[in-house]
Amino acid sequence: MPARRSNTSRLRLHHLLVAPFASLLLVFFGVPLALVVVVSFFDLDQFDIIPTFVLTNYVELFGSSLTYTLYANTIKYAVIVWAITLVIGFTVSYFLVFHVRPFLLQLALFLLCTVPFWTSNVIRMISWIPFLGRNGIFNQSLIALGIVDQPLEFLLFSDFAVVIAYVHLFSLFMIAPIFNSMARIDPAVIEAAVDAGAGRFRVIREIVVPLSKTGIAMGSIFVVALVMGDFFVVKIMSGGQSASVVLAMSNETAVLQYPPAAASAVVLLLVVTAMVVGILRIVDVRRELAG
Amino acid sequence: MLRPGSRRRPWTFYGLAAFFTLYVLFLYGPMSAIFILSFQGPTGGLTFPMNGVSLHWFSALFGQQRTGDFAGSFTRSIVLAVIVLAITVVVSVMAGLAFRRRFLGSTLVFYMAIFSLIIPGLLLGLGVGLMFQFLGIKPSWYSSALGAQLTWTLPFGLLIMFAVFSRFNPAYEEAARDLGARYWQTLWNVVLPILLPGIIAVALFGFTLSYDEFPRTLIPIGSRNTLPLEIWAMTTNVTSPALYALGTLTTAISFVAIAIALTSIALIQRRRTRRGTRADAGD
Repeated sequence: MPARRSNTSRLRLHHLLVAPFASLLLVFFGVPLALVVVVSFFDLDQFDIIPTFVLTNYVELFGSSLTYTLYANTIKYAVIVWAITLVIGFTVSYFLVFHVRPFLLQLALFLLCTVPFWTSNVIRMISWIPFLGRNGIFNQSLIALGIVDQPLEFLLFSDFAVVIAYVHLFSLFMIAPIFNSMARIDPAVIEAAVDAGAGRFRVIREIVVPLSKTGIAMGSIFVVALVMGDFFVVKIMSGGQSASVVLAMSNETAVLQYPPAAASAVVLLLVVTAMVVGILRIVDVRRELAG
Repeated sequence: MLRPGSRRRPWTFYGLAAFFTLYVLFLYGPMSAIFILSFQGPTGGLTFPMNGVSLHWFSALFGQQRTGDFAGSFTRSIVLAVIVLAITVVVSVMAGLAFRRRFLGSTLVFYMAIFSLIIPGLLLGLGVGLMFQFLGIKPSWYSSALGAQLTWTLPFGLLIMFAVFSRFNPAYEEAARDLGARYWQTLWNVVLPILLPGIIAVALFGFTLSYDEFPRTLIPIGSRNTLPLEIWAMTTNVTSPALYALGTLTTAISFVAIAIALTSIALIQRRRTRRGTRADAGD
Protein backbone atom coordinates (compact mmCIF):
# COMPACT_ATOMS: atom_id res chain seq x y z
CA MET A 1 0.00 0.00 0.00
CA PRO A 2 2.64 2.64 0.89
CA ALA A 3 4.46 1.89 -2.35
CA ARG A 4 1.26 2.49 -4.27
CA ARG A 5 0.60 5.81 -2.57
CA SER A 6 4.10 7.04 -3.33
CA ASN A 7 3.49 6.03 -6.92
CA THR A 8 0.41 8.22 -7.27
CA SER A 9 2.05 11.16 -5.50
CA ARG A 10 5.01 10.79 -7.85
CA LEU A 11 2.57 10.89 -10.73
CA ARG A 12 0.94 14.03 -9.35
CA LEU A 13 4.40 15.56 -8.97
CA HIS A 14 5.11 14.97 -12.64
CA HIS A 15 1.89 16.68 -13.61
CA LEU A 16 2.80 19.60 -11.35
CA LEU A 17 6.22 19.86 -12.97
CA VAL A 18 4.87 19.88 -16.49
CA ALA A 19 1.90 22.17 -15.73
CA PRO A 20 3.59 25.56 -16.46
CA PHE A 21 5.01 24.22 -19.71
CA ALA A 22 1.71 22.74 -20.84
CA SER A 23 -0.36 25.79 -19.86
CA LEU A 24 1.95 28.30 -21.57
CA LEU A 25 1.82 26.28 -24.77
CA LEU A 26 -1.94 25.88 -24.48
CA VAL A 27 -2.47 29.64 -24.09
CA PHE A 28 0.01 30.86 -26.69
CA PHE A 29 -0.09 27.96 -29.16
CA GLY A 30 -3.31 25.98 -28.68
CA VAL A 31 -5.77 28.86 -28.34
CA PRO A 32 -4.24 31.02 -31.13
CA LEU A 33 -4.24 28.01 -33.45
CA ALA A 34 -7.92 27.37 -32.72
CA LEU A 35 -8.65 31.05 -33.38
CA VAL A 36 -6.94 30.90 -36.76
CA VAL A 37 -9.21 27.97 -37.68
CA VAL A 38 -12.30 29.86 -36.48
CA VAL A 39 -11.38 33.09 -38.28
CA SER A 40 -10.77 31.20 -41.52
CA PHE A 41 -14.56 30.75 -41.70
CA PHE A 42 -15.31 34.43 -41.02
CA ASP A 43 -16.37 36.85 -43.70
CA LEU A 44 -14.65 40.06 -44.66
CA ASP A 45 -16.31 43.38 -45.45
CA GLN A 46 -13.73 45.89 -46.66
CA PHE A 47 -11.51 45.81 -43.56
CA ASP A 48 -13.96 44.55 -40.95
CA ILE A 49 -14.06 40.93 -39.89
CA ILE A 50 -17.62 39.63 -39.76
CA PRO A 51 -18.10 36.72 -37.32
CA THR A 52 -20.21 34.27 -39.30
CA PHE A 53 -19.73 30.93 -40.99
CA VAL A 54 -18.83 31.06 -44.66
CA LEU A 55 -16.67 28.93 -46.91
CA THR A 56 -15.82 31.85 -49.21
CA ASN A 57 -12.18 32.01 -48.09
CA TYR A 58 -11.60 28.35 -48.89
CA VAL A 59 -13.56 28.47 -52.14
CA GLU A 60 -11.47 31.42 -53.30
CA LEU A 61 -8.25 29.78 -52.14
CA PHE A 62 -8.85 26.52 -53.97
CA GLY A 63 -10.33 28.31 -56.97
CA SER A 64 -7.20 30.34 -57.58
CA SER A 65 -4.48 28.83 -59.74
CA LEU A 66 -1.98 30.97 -57.83
CA THR A 67 -2.44 28.74 -54.79
CA TYR A 68 -1.21 25.67 -56.68
CA THR A 69 1.73 27.55 -58.17
CA LEU A 70 2.73 28.73 -54.70
CA TYR A 71 2.52 25.23 -53.23
CA ALA A 72 4.46 23.71 -56.12
CA ASN A 73 7.14 26.35 -55.68
CA THR A 74 7.35 26.01 -51.88
CA ILE A 75 7.43 22.19 -51.99
CA LYS A 76 10.12 22.35 -54.68
CA TYR A 77 12.30 24.45 -52.35
CA ALA A 78 11.55 22.13 -49.42
CA VAL A 79 12.59 18.99 -51.31
CA ILE A 80 15.81 20.48 -52.75
CA VAL A 81 16.87 21.98 -49.41
CA TRP A 82 15.96 18.79 -47.54
CA ALA A 83 18.14 16.68 -49.85
CA ILE A 84 21.14 19.04 -49.61
CA THR A 85 20.94 19.50 -45.84
CA LEU A 86 20.53 15.75 -45.34
CA VAL A 87 23.80 15.08 -47.19
CA ILE A 88 25.56 17.87 -45.28
CA GLY A 89 24.06 16.85 -41.94
CA PHE A 90 24.97 13.20 -42.30
CA THR A 91 28.48 13.80 -43.66
CA VAL A 92 29.43 16.46 -41.09
CA SER A 93 28.07 14.43 -38.16
CA TYR A 94 29.72 11.24 -39.42
CA PHE A 95 33.06 13.02 -39.70
CA LEU A 96 32.79 14.59 -36.25
CA VAL A 97 31.58 11.50 -34.42
CA PHE A 98 33.70 8.77 -36.01
CA HIS A 99 36.83 10.55 -37.20
CA VAL A 100 37.60 13.32 -34.74
CA ARG A 101 39.43 12.57 -31.50
CA PRO A 102 39.82 13.61 -28.74
CA PHE A 103 36.32 14.32 -27.50
CA LEU A 104 37.09 17.98 -26.72
CA LEU A 105 38.13 18.67 -30.31
CA GLN A 106 34.97 16.95 -31.51
CA LEU A 107 32.89 19.19 -29.25
CA ALA A 108 34.80 22.32 -30.31
CA LEU A 109 34.24 21.59 -34.02
CA PHE A 110 30.56 20.88 -33.37
CA LEU A 111 30.26 24.24 -31.57
CA LEU A 112 31.95 25.89 -34.56
CA CYS A 113 29.01 24.70 -36.67
CA THR A 114 26.52 25.87 -34.04
CA VAL A 115 27.71 29.43 -33.40
CA PRO A 116 26.15 31.06 -36.51
CA PHE A 117 22.83 29.55 -35.51
CA TRP A 118 22.83 31.76 -32.40
CA THR A 119 23.04 34.91 -34.50
CA SER A 120 20.43 36.78 -36.52
CA ASN A 121 18.88 34.90 -39.46
CA VAL A 122 18.17 38.10 -41.36
CA ILE A 123 21.76 39.26 -41.07
CA ARG A 124 23.09 35.86 -42.15
CA MET A 125 20.76 35.96 -45.12
CA ILE A 126 21.70 39.45 -46.32
CA SER A 127 25.38 38.56 -45.93
CA TRP A 128 24.99 36.63 -49.18
CA ILE A 129 24.12 39.81 -51.08
CA PRO A 130 27.67 41.28 -51.28
CA PHE A 131 28.89 37.76 -51.94
CA LEU A 132 26.61 36.71 -54.81
CA GLY A 133 25.80 40.10 -56.38
CA ARG A 134 26.68 41.13 -59.92
CA ASN A 135 29.84 42.84 -58.65
CA GLY A 136 30.05 40.51 -55.68
CA ILE A 137 33.02 38.63 -54.30
CA PHE A 138 32.18 35.42 -56.11
CA ASN A 139 31.83 37.02 -59.55
CA GLN A 140 34.95 39.12 -59.07
CA SER A 141 36.94 36.03 -58.12
CA LEU A 142 35.64 34.10 -61.12
CA ILE A 143 36.60 36.95 -63.48
CA ALA A 144 40.00 37.40 -61.83
CA LEU A 145 40.68 33.69 -62.25
CA GLY A 146 39.62 33.92 -65.89
CA ILE A 147 36.86 31.32 -65.50
CA VAL A 148 34.18 33.63 -66.91
CA ASP A 149 34.29 36.91 -68.88
CA GLN A 150 30.92 38.27 -67.84
CA PRO A 151 29.58 38.27 -64.28
CA LEU A 152 27.12 35.42 -63.73
CA GLU A 153 23.63 36.87 -63.42
CA PHE A 154 21.83 33.89 -61.91
CA LEU A 155 23.71 33.98 -58.60
CA LEU A 156 21.65 36.59 -56.79
CA PHE A 157 17.90 37.22 -56.84
CA SER A 158 17.14 33.76 -58.17
CA ASP A 159 16.08 30.30 -57.04
CA PHE A 160 19.78 29.56 -56.66
CA ALA A 161 20.20 32.36 -54.10
CA VAL A 162 17.07 31.25 -52.23
CA VAL A 163 18.32 27.65 -51.93
CA ILE A 164 21.82 28.77 -50.88
CA ALA A 165 20.35 30.96 -48.13
CA TYR A 166 18.04 28.17 -46.91
CA VAL A 167 20.90 25.70 -46.71
CA HIS A 168 23.02 28.29 -44.89
CA LEU A 169 20.29 29.09 -42.38
CA PHE A 170 18.80 25.65 -41.77
CA SER A 171 21.55 23.02 -42.20
CA LEU A 172 22.34 23.11 -38.49
CA PHE A 173 18.81 21.87 -37.78
CA MET A 174 19.85 18.72 -39.63
CA ILE A 175 23.38 18.46 -38.20
CA ALA A 176 22.51 18.79 -34.50
CA PRO A 177 19.93 15.98 -34.22
CA ILE A 178 21.95 13.59 -36.40
CA PHE A 179 25.12 14.37 -34.41
CA ASN A 180 23.20 13.72 -31.19
CA SER A 181 21.96 10.32 -32.44
CA MET A 182 25.33 9.24 -33.83
CA ALA A 183 27.22 10.24 -30.71
CA ARG A 184 25.08 7.80 -28.75
CA ILE A 185 25.98 4.79 -30.91
CA ASP A 186 27.96 2.31 -28.82
CA PRO A 187 31.45 2.01 -30.44
CA ALA A 188 31.47 -1.67 -29.43
CA VAL A 189 28.70 -2.39 -31.96
CA ILE A 190 30.80 -0.98 -34.77
CA GLU A 191 33.93 -2.77 -33.56
CA ALA A 192 32.02 -6.02 -33.55
CA ALA A 193 30.83 -5.44 -37.12
CA VAL A 194 34.34 -4.59 -38.30
CA ASP A 195 35.76 -7.64 -36.54
CA ALA A 196 33.12 -9.76 -38.23
CA GLY A 197 34.44 -8.48 -41.56
CA ALA A 198 32.00 -5.71 -42.48
CA GLY A 199 33.41 -3.04 -44.76
CA ARG A 200 33.14 0.71 -44.20
CA PHE A 201 30.04 1.20 -46.33
CA ARG A 202 28.31 -1.84 -44.95
CA VAL A 203 28.84 -0.48 -41.43
CA ILE A 204 27.33 2.84 -42.51
CA ARG A 205 24.37 1.20 -44.23
CA GLU A 206 23.55 -1.41 -41.63
CA ILE A 207 24.57 0.24 -38.35
CA VAL A 208 25.11 4.00 -38.56
CA VAL A 209 22.07 4.88 -40.68
CA PRO A 210 19.54 2.74 -38.76
CA LEU A 211 20.85 3.98 -35.39
CA SER A 212 20.77 7.63 -36.54
CA LYS A 213 17.23 7.46 -37.85
CA THR A 214 15.73 9.42 -34.95
CA GLY A 215 18.13 12.27 -35.68
CA ILE A 216 17.50 12.08 -39.42
CA ALA A 217 13.75 12.17 -38.80
CA MET A 218 13.96 15.13 -36.39
CA GLY A 219 16.26 17.03 -38.75
CA SER A 220 13.98 16.36 -41.71
CA ILE A 221 10.94 17.58 -39.78
CA PHE A 222 12.75 20.79 -38.83
CA VAL A 223 14.09 21.55 -42.31
CA VAL A 224 10.86 20.78 -44.15
CA ALA A 225 8.78 22.80 -41.68
CA LEU A 226 11.19 25.75 -41.70
CA VAL A 227 11.29 25.97 -45.50
CA MET A 228 7.51 25.53 -45.80
CA GLY A 229 6.98 28.31 -43.23
CA ASP A 230 9.47 30.80 -44.65
CA PHE A 231 8.58 34.13 -46.17
CA PHE A 232 11.57 36.41 -45.66
CA VAL A 233 14.28 34.43 -47.47
CA VAL A 234 12.14 33.98 -50.54
CA LYS A 235 11.15 37.66 -50.49
CA ILE A 236 14.68 39.09 -50.28
CA MET A 237 16.82 36.47 -52.01
CA SER A 238 14.56 35.96 -55.03
CA GLY A 239 14.39 39.73 -55.49
CA GLY A 240 10.61 39.51 -55.80
CA GLN A 241 10.75 37.00 -58.66
CA SER A 242 9.54 34.07 -56.62
CA ALA A 243 7.08 33.57 -53.80
CA SER A 244 6.08 31.08 -51.15
CA VAL A 245 2.81 30.20 -49.45
CA VAL A 246 3.62 32.18 -46.30
CA LEU A 247 4.90 35.19 -48.25
CA ALA A 248 1.48 35.43 -49.95
CA MET A 249 -0.10 35.06 -46.51
CA SER A 250 2.07 37.81 -45.03
CA ASN A 251 1.04 40.14 -47.86
CA GLU A 252 -2.59 39.52 -46.90
CA THR A 253 -2.02 40.15 -43.20
CA ALA A 254 -0.14 43.36 -44.04
CA VAL A 255 -3.39 44.77 -45.46
CA LEU A 256 -5.44 43.25 -42.62
CA GLN A 257 -7.12 40.60 -44.79
CA TYR A 258 -7.21 38.22 -41.83
CA PRO A 259 -9.91 35.69 -42.86
CA PRO A 260 -8.33 34.76 -46.23
CA ALA A 261 -4.89 34.69 -44.57
CA ALA A 262 -6.28 32.38 -41.87
CA ALA A 263 -7.77 30.02 -44.49
CA SER A 264 -4.43 29.88 -46.25
CA ALA A 265 -2.75 29.24 -42.87
CA VAL A 266 -5.09 26.33 -42.10
CA VAL A 267 -4.40 24.66 -45.45
CA LEU A 268 -0.64 25.14 -45.06
CA LEU A 269 -0.78 23.70 -41.57
CA LEU A 270 -2.63 20.62 -42.84
CA VAL A 271 -0.01 20.13 -45.56
CA VAL A 272 2.93 20.53 -43.14
CA THR A 273 1.22 18.26 -40.59
CA ALA A 274 0.71 15.59 -43.24
CA MET A 275 4.41 15.74 -44.12
CA VAL A 276 5.47 15.55 -40.46
CA VAL A 277 3.07 12.71 -39.68
CA GLY A 278 4.47 10.88 -42.69
CA ILE A 279 7.98 11.17 -41.23
CA LEU A 280 6.78 10.22 -37.74
CA ARG A 281 5.09 7.09 -39.11
CA ILE A 282 8.47 5.91 -40.33
CA VAL A 283 10.28 6.74 -37.08
CA ASP A 284 8.74 6.84 -33.60
CA VAL A 285 10.58 9.95 -32.44
CA ARG A 286 8.68 10.19 -29.17
CA ARG A 287 9.79 6.77 -27.94
CA GLU A 288 13.41 7.24 -28.90
CA LEU A 289 13.77 10.79 -27.58
CA ALA A 290 11.96 10.79 -24.29
CA GLY A 291 12.52 7.14 -23.42
CA MET B 1 36.14 4.12 -39.37
CA LEU B 2 38.73 5.16 -36.83
CA ARG B 3 39.54 2.29 -34.57
CA PRO B 4 41.32 2.77 -31.27
CA GLY B 5 44.20 0.51 -32.27
CA SER B 6 44.81 1.84 -35.77
CA ARG B 7 47.62 4.34 -36.42
CA ARG B 8 47.14 5.42 -40.03
CA ARG B 9 44.20 7.61 -40.87
CA PRO B 10 41.94 6.02 -43.51
CA TRP B 11 41.59 7.86 -46.87
CA THR B 12 38.02 8.75 -46.00
CA PHE B 13 39.33 10.95 -43.19
CA TYR B 14 40.87 13.41 -45.64
CA GLY B 15 37.82 13.47 -47.90
CA LEU B 16 35.50 14.08 -44.97
CA ALA B 17 37.84 16.66 -43.41
CA ALA B 18 37.88 18.59 -46.70
CA PHE B 19 34.07 18.46 -46.85
CA PHE B 20 33.85 19.74 -43.28
CA THR B 21 36.31 22.57 -43.97
CA LEU B 22 34.31 23.67 -47.02
CA TYR B 23 31.13 23.64 -44.96
CA VAL B 24 32.69 25.83 -42.26
CA LEU B 25 33.91 28.27 -44.93
CA PHE B 26 30.39 28.29 -46.37
CA LEU B 27 29.02 29.11 -42.90
CA TYR B 28 31.44 31.87 -41.98
CA GLY B 29 32.64 33.29 -45.32
CA PRO B 30 29.68 35.50 -46.23
CA MET B 31 29.24 36.62 -42.63
CA SER B 32 32.83 37.78 -42.38
CA ALA B 33 32.37 39.72 -45.63
CA ILE B 34 29.64 41.89 -44.13
CA PHE B 35 31.64 42.44 -40.93
CA ILE B 36 34.47 43.84 -43.05
CA LEU B 37 32.08 45.86 -45.23
CA SER B 38 30.48 47.49 -42.18
CA PHE B 39 33.75 49.42 -41.74
CA GLN B 40 33.36 51.02 -45.18
CA GLY B 41 34.44 54.63 -45.65
CA PRO B 42 31.66 57.26 -45.81
CA THR B 43 31.54 57.03 -49.63
CA GLY B 44 31.67 53.23 -49.71
CA GLY B 45 28.88 51.06 -51.09
CA LEU B 46 27.27 47.70 -50.39
CA THR B 47 29.99 45.62 -52.09
CA PHE B 48 33.75 45.47 -52.29
CA PRO B 49 36.08 47.30 -52.88
CA MET B 50 36.42 49.17 -49.61
CA ASN B 51 36.48 52.95 -50.02
CA GLY B 52 38.63 53.62 -46.98
CA VAL B 53 38.05 52.40 -43.47
CA SER B 54 35.85 54.21 -40.96
CA LEU B 55 33.30 53.90 -38.19
CA HIS B 56 31.01 56.21 -40.18
CA TRP B 57 28.19 53.65 -40.59
CA PHE B 58 28.23 52.74 -36.93
CA SER B 59 27.78 56.37 -35.91
CA ALA B 60 25.09 56.71 -38.61
CA LEU B 61 23.13 54.05 -36.71
CA PHE B 62 22.76 56.34 -33.74
CA GLY B 63 21.51 59.22 -35.85
CA GLN B 64 17.70 58.95 -35.82
CA GLN B 65 17.00 59.77 -39.45
CA ARG B 66 18.35 56.61 -41.00
CA THR B 67 17.34 53.74 -38.83
CA GLY B 68 14.39 54.85 -36.77
CA ASP B 69 14.31 53.94 -33.10
CA PHE B 70 17.54 51.98 -32.86
CA ALA B 71 18.38 52.53 -29.17
CA GLY B 72 14.81 51.86 -28.02
CA SER B 73 14.38 48.68 -30.05
CA PHE B 74 17.78 47.45 -28.89
CA THR B 75 16.88 47.92 -25.21
CA ARG B 76 13.52 46.22 -25.69
CA SER B 77 15.16 43.26 -27.41
CA ILE B 78 17.68 42.76 -24.59
CA VAL B 79 15.06 43.05 -21.83
CA LEU B 80 12.69 40.73 -23.66
CA ALA B 81 15.48 38.20 -24.25
CA VAL B 82 16.35 38.16 -20.54
CA ILE B 83 12.69 37.61 -19.57
CA VAL B 84 12.41 34.80 -22.14
CA LEU B 85 15.66 33.26 -20.85
CA ALA B 86 14.39 33.20 -17.25
CA ILE B 87 11.00 31.70 -18.11
CA THR B 88 12.50 29.18 -20.55
CA VAL B 89 15.08 27.89 -18.05
CA VAL B 90 12.64 27.41 -15.17
CA VAL B 91 9.72 26.04 -17.18
CA SER B 92 11.61 23.72 -19.50
CA VAL B 93 13.86 22.27 -16.77
CA MET B 94 10.72 21.45 -14.77
CA ALA B 95 9.11 19.91 -17.86
CA GLY B 96 12.32 17.97 -18.59
CA LEU B 97 12.19 16.49 -15.07
CA ALA B 98 8.55 15.53 -15.56
CA PHE B 99 9.28 13.78 -18.87
CA ARG B 100 11.69 11.35 -17.23
CA ARG B 101 8.66 9.17 -16.50
CA ARG B 102 5.64 8.57 -18.67
CA PHE B 103 2.64 10.32 -17.19
CA LEU B 104 -0.96 10.67 -18.25
CA GLY B 105 -0.99 13.09 -21.18
CA SER B 106 2.78 13.05 -21.74
CA THR B 107 2.39 12.08 -25.39
CA LEU B 108 -0.10 14.89 -25.90
CA VAL B 109 2.22 17.49 -24.34
CA PHE B 110 5.14 16.13 -26.35
CA TYR B 111 3.33 16.50 -29.67
CA MET B 112 2.01 19.91 -28.70
CA ALA B 113 5.64 20.96 -28.11
CA ILE B 114 6.79 19.53 -31.45
CA PHE B 115 3.99 21.23 -33.38
CA SER B 116 4.54 24.49 -31.53
CA LEU B 117 8.15 24.32 -32.73
CA ILE B 118 7.46 23.57 -36.37
CA ILE B 119 4.35 25.70 -36.95
CA PRO B 120 5.24 28.46 -39.45
CA GLY B 121 6.24 31.43 -37.30
CA LEU B 122 4.11 34.01 -39.07
CA LEU B 123 1.05 31.78 -38.69
CA LEU B 124 1.58 31.47 -34.94
CA GLY B 125 2.00 35.24 -34.76
CA LEU B 126 -1.26 35.69 -36.64
CA GLY B 127 -3.04 33.51 -34.08
CA VAL B 128 -1.59 35.34 -31.09
CA GLY B 129 -2.46 38.68 -32.71
CA LEU B 130 -6.05 37.53 -33.27
CA MET B 131 -6.31 36.31 -29.67
CA PHE B 132 -5.30 39.71 -28.30
CA GLN B 133 -7.64 41.45 -30.72
CA PHE B 134 -10.58 39.32 -29.54
CA LEU B 135 -9.68 39.83 -25.89
CA GLY B 136 -9.50 43.56 -26.52
CA ILE B 137 -5.94 43.79 -25.14
CA LYS B 138 -3.45 45.98 -26.95
CA PRO B 139 -0.59 43.81 -28.22
CA SER B 140 2.88 44.77 -26.98
CA TRP B 141 6.39 43.41 -26.86
CA TYR B 142 6.13 42.34 -23.21
CA SER B 143 2.80 40.50 -23.50
CA SER B 144 1.76 39.13 -26.90
CA ALA B 145 5.26 39.11 -28.42
CA LEU B 146 6.65 37.48 -25.25
CA GLY B 147 4.03 34.73 -25.46
CA ALA B 148 4.68 34.17 -29.17
CA GLN B 149 8.42 33.81 -28.53
CA LEU B 150 7.86 31.29 -25.71
CA THR B 151 6.12 28.93 -28.16
CA TRP B 152 9.51 28.75 -29.90
CA THR B 153 11.97 28.72 -26.96
CA LEU B 154 10.10 26.38 -24.56
CA PRO B 155 9.96 23.36 -26.93
CA PHE B 156 13.63 23.97 -27.75
CA GLY B 157 14.44 23.97 -24.05
CA LEU B 158 12.56 20.68 -23.65
CA LEU B 159 14.45 19.03 -26.53
CA ILE B 160 17.76 20.10 -24.99
CA MET B 161 16.65 18.69 -21.64
CA PHE B 162 15.93 15.36 -23.41
CA ALA B 163 19.47 15.36 -24.80
CA VAL B 164 20.85 16.28 -21.36
CA PHE B 165 18.91 13.57 -19.52
CA SER B 166 19.87 10.93 -22.06
CA ARG B 167 23.47 11.39 -20.89
CA PHE B 168 22.58 11.66 -17.19
CA ASN B 169 23.62 8.77 -14.98
CA PRO B 170 20.81 8.07 -12.48
CA ALA B 171 23.23 6.21 -10.20
CA TYR B 172 24.12 9.48 -8.40
CA GLU B 173 20.47 10.13 -7.75
CA GLU B 174 19.91 6.60 -6.46
CA ALA B 175 22.96 6.91 -4.22
CA ALA B 176 21.58 10.14 -2.72
CA ARG B 177 18.23 8.48 -2.13
CA ASP B 178 19.86 5.42 -0.57
CA LEU B 179 21.67 7.78 1.79
CA GLY B 180 18.29 9.09 2.91
CA ALA B 181 17.92 12.30 0.87
CA ARG B 182 14.37 13.35 0.14
CA TYR B 183 13.14 14.08 -3.40
CA TRP B 184 13.72 17.83 -3.27
CA GLN B 185 17.08 17.44 -1.53
CA THR B 186 18.23 15.03 -4.23
CA LEU B 187 16.96 17.38 -6.92
CA TRP B 188 18.55 20.52 -5.51
CA ASN B 189 21.85 19.09 -4.24
CA VAL B 190 22.55 16.30 -6.73
CA VAL B 191 20.54 16.39 -9.95
CA LEU B 192 20.50 20.12 -10.75
CA PRO B 193 24.23 20.71 -10.08
CA ILE B 194 25.09 17.79 -12.37
CA LEU B 195 22.76 19.20 -15.03
CA LEU B 196 24.06 22.77 -14.69
CA PRO B 197 26.02 22.85 -17.99
CA GLY B 198 22.91 21.64 -19.83
CA ILE B 199 20.81 24.26 -18.06
CA ILE B 200 23.24 26.97 -19.17
CA ALA B 201 22.81 25.67 -22.73
CA VAL B 202 19.03 26.07 -22.36
CA ALA B 203 19.61 29.63 -21.12
CA LEU B 204 21.80 30.41 -24.13
CA PHE B 205 19.10 29.12 -26.47
CA GLY B 206 16.41 31.07 -24.63
CA PHE B 207 18.36 34.31 -24.90
CA THR B 208 19.60 34.08 -28.48
CA LEU B 209 16.41 32.62 -29.96
CA SER B 210 14.43 35.47 -28.45
CA TYR B 211 17.00 38.16 -29.26
CA ASP B 212 17.00 37.20 -32.97
CA GLU B 213 13.38 36.08 -33.34
CA PHE B 214 11.21 37.85 -35.86
CA PRO B 215 8.65 35.78 -37.86
CA ARG B 216 6.57 34.99 -34.74
CA THR B 217 7.00 38.49 -33.31
CA LEU B 218 6.12 40.38 -36.51
CA ILE B 219 2.32 40.46 -36.14
CA PRO B 220 1.82 40.53 -32.33
CA ILE B 221 4.54 43.12 -31.59
CA GLY B 222 2.24 46.11 -31.13
CA SER B 223 3.49 49.61 -31.76
CA ARG B 224 7.10 49.35 -30.56
CA ASN B 225 9.56 47.20 -32.50
CA THR B 226 12.26 44.87 -31.31
CA LEU B 227 15.67 45.01 -32.98
CA PRO B 228 15.17 42.14 -35.48
CA LEU B 229 12.01 43.87 -36.71
CA GLU B 230 13.96 47.11 -37.19
CA ILE B 231 16.54 45.13 -39.16
CA TRP B 232 13.79 43.52 -41.22
CA ALA B 233 12.37 46.95 -42.04
CA MET B 234 15.88 48.13 -42.97
CA THR B 235 16.50 45.26 -45.42
CA THR B 236 13.73 46.57 -47.63
CA ASN B 237 14.50 50.29 -47.53
CA VAL B 238 18.11 50.92 -46.45
CA THR B 239 20.74 50.48 -49.16
CA SER B 240 23.84 51.65 -47.31
CA PRO B 241 26.47 49.86 -45.23
CA ALA B 242 24.56 51.07 -42.13
CA LEU B 243 22.65 47.80 -42.48
CA TYR B 244 25.92 45.87 -42.25
CA ALA B 245 27.01 47.96 -39.26
CA LEU B 246 23.80 46.97 -37.49
CA GLY B 247 24.44 43.36 -38.48
CA THR B 248 27.94 43.49 -37.04
CA LEU B 249 26.69 45.04 -33.78
CA THR B 250 23.86 42.58 -33.26
CA THR B 251 26.13 39.63 -34.09
CA ALA B 252 28.67 40.96 -31.59
CA ILE B 253 25.96 40.89 -28.89
CA SER B 254 25.12 37.29 -29.81
CA PHE B 255 28.82 36.39 -29.63
CA VAL B 256 29.08 37.91 -26.14
CA ALA B 257 26.12 35.78 -25.00
CA ILE B 258 27.68 32.66 -26.55
CA ALA B 259 31.06 33.44 -24.96
CA ILE B 260 29.54 33.93 -21.50
CA ALA B 261 27.61 30.65 -21.75
CA LEU B 262 30.47 28.55 -23.13
CA THR B 263 33.04 29.99 -20.70
CA SER B 264 30.87 29.24 -17.70
CA ILE B 265 30.24 25.68 -18.95
CA ALA B 266 34.00 25.20 -19.45
CA LEU B 267 34.76 26.60 -15.97
CA ILE B 268 32.24 24.27 -14.34
CA GLN B 269 33.67 21.27 -16.19
CA ARG B 270 37.21 22.18 -15.26
CA ARG B 271 36.35 22.67 -11.58
CA ARG B 272 34.62 19.32 -11.70
CA THR B 273 37.64 17.51 -13.15
CA ARG B 274 39.94 19.20 -10.61
CA ARG B 275 37.72 18.23 -7.70
CA GLY B 276 37.39 14.76 -9.14
CA THR B 277 41.15 14.31 -9.28
CA ARG B 278 41.62 15.64 -5.78
CA ALA B 279 39.01 13.25 -4.45
CA ASP B 280 40.73 10.37 -6.21
CA ALA B 281 44.09 11.42 -4.77
CA GLY B 282 42.61 11.60 -1.29
CA ASP B 283 41.45 8.00 -1.39
